[in-house]
Amino acid sequence: MKEMTWVVLLSTLGGLATIAVGVIFPALAMGRALTQALDALARQPEAERTITRTLFIGLAMLESLAIYVLVIVLIVLFRNPLLAYLLP
Amino acid sequence: MDKPEVLAGLAFNLGPVHVGTTVLTTWLLMAAMAGAAWVVRRQLSASAPSRPQIALEAVVVALRVAIEAAAPGRGAPLLPFIGTLWIFIAAANLIGLLPGLRSPTADLSLTVALAALVFVSVHWFGIRLEGLTAHLRHYLYPNPILLPFHLMGEVTRTLALSVRLFGNMMSLEMAAFLVLLVAGVVAPVPLLFLHIVEALVQAYIFGMLALIYIAGGLQSHELRKGYR
Repeated sequence: MKEMTWVVLLSTLGGLATIAVGVIFPALAMGRALTQALDALARQPEAERTITRTLFIGLAMLESLAIYVLVIVLIVLFRNPLLAYLLP
Repeated sequence: MDKPEVLAGLAFNLGPVHVGTTVLTTWLLMAAMAGAAWVVRRQLSASAPSRPQIALEAVVVALRVAIEAAAPGRGAPLLPFIGTLWIFIAAANLIGLLPGLRSPTADLSLTVALAALVFVSVHWFGIRLEGLTAHLRHYLYPNPILLPFHLMGEVTRTLALSVRLFGNMMSLEMAAFLVLLVAGVVAPVPLLFLHIVEALVQAYIFGMLALIYIAGGLQSHELRKGYR
C-alpha cells in the first residue's frame, strides 16, 4: 500500500493548499466589490435598491468561484476518480 | 458522512428509476405548500380577507415588485415561474434544518434539474414574448463573431447556477456535521443560524439570476429594436 499512502498524503496536501489559495482571490474580489458598493451608497443613498441588488448578484458570482474550489477539493478528497486505476 | 434520514426507509424503485430521499422530500414540500395554498384559496374573500390571505397576498405582491424591478413590464408572465423558484428553493433549503431531513438542494441532481428548467425557460419566454426569429437573432447581436461566446455562455451559466446552489447547501450541511463530530452537541448552532441566512440568500440569488437571464434575453431584443 505504498502508492496508497502517497495518494492520501498528496491529495490531502493538495486539497489544503488548493482551498487556501483558491479562497484568497475571490475574497479579495469580494472585498473590492463591497468597498465599491459602499462608496456608491455613500455618494448616492437614493440608489440603494439597485446597488444592493447588483451587489448581491455580483457577490454570488464571485462566491461561486470559491464554491467551485470547494467542490473540486471535496471531489479529490472523498470521490477521487483516479483511485479507480489504483484499487484492484 | 451521512446524517440519519427519516425518509430513507420510504425509498423505492420505480422500474429502473430509484426514488430516493431527495425526491421524497421534494414531494413532501410540494404537498405541504400546495395543500396550504389550497386551504387558503378555499376561503378567499375581497371584503373580509383572512390573515393567511393577507400574508400570501403580501408575498405575491413583494415577488411581483421584485420581478418588475429587474424586468419592467414583464411581471405578469414571469411571476409564476420565478415566484415558484424563489418559494420552492427557500423552502427546500430551510427544510434541511429539521432533524432527520436533508435539504433536497444539497443533491446535485435537483439543482441540475432546476438549472435545466431555467435554461429551457430562457428560450421559452424569449420565443413566446418576442417571436422565434427575434429570439434566435439575438445570438448574432451585436456581431456574428460573438456567436460561439453566446453559446458557451449559455452552457457555463447553467452549470454555474446548479453548482453554486448545490455547493453552498452541501458545504453548509457538511460544515455543521463536521463541527458536530469534532466539538459536540450544541456547537453547530451558530452554523445553523448561518444556514438560515445562507438558505434565504441562495434562494434569492438563484431566482434573481434566473430572472436576469430571462430578462437579458428579452432586453437585448428591445435594445436592438431601439438601435435600428
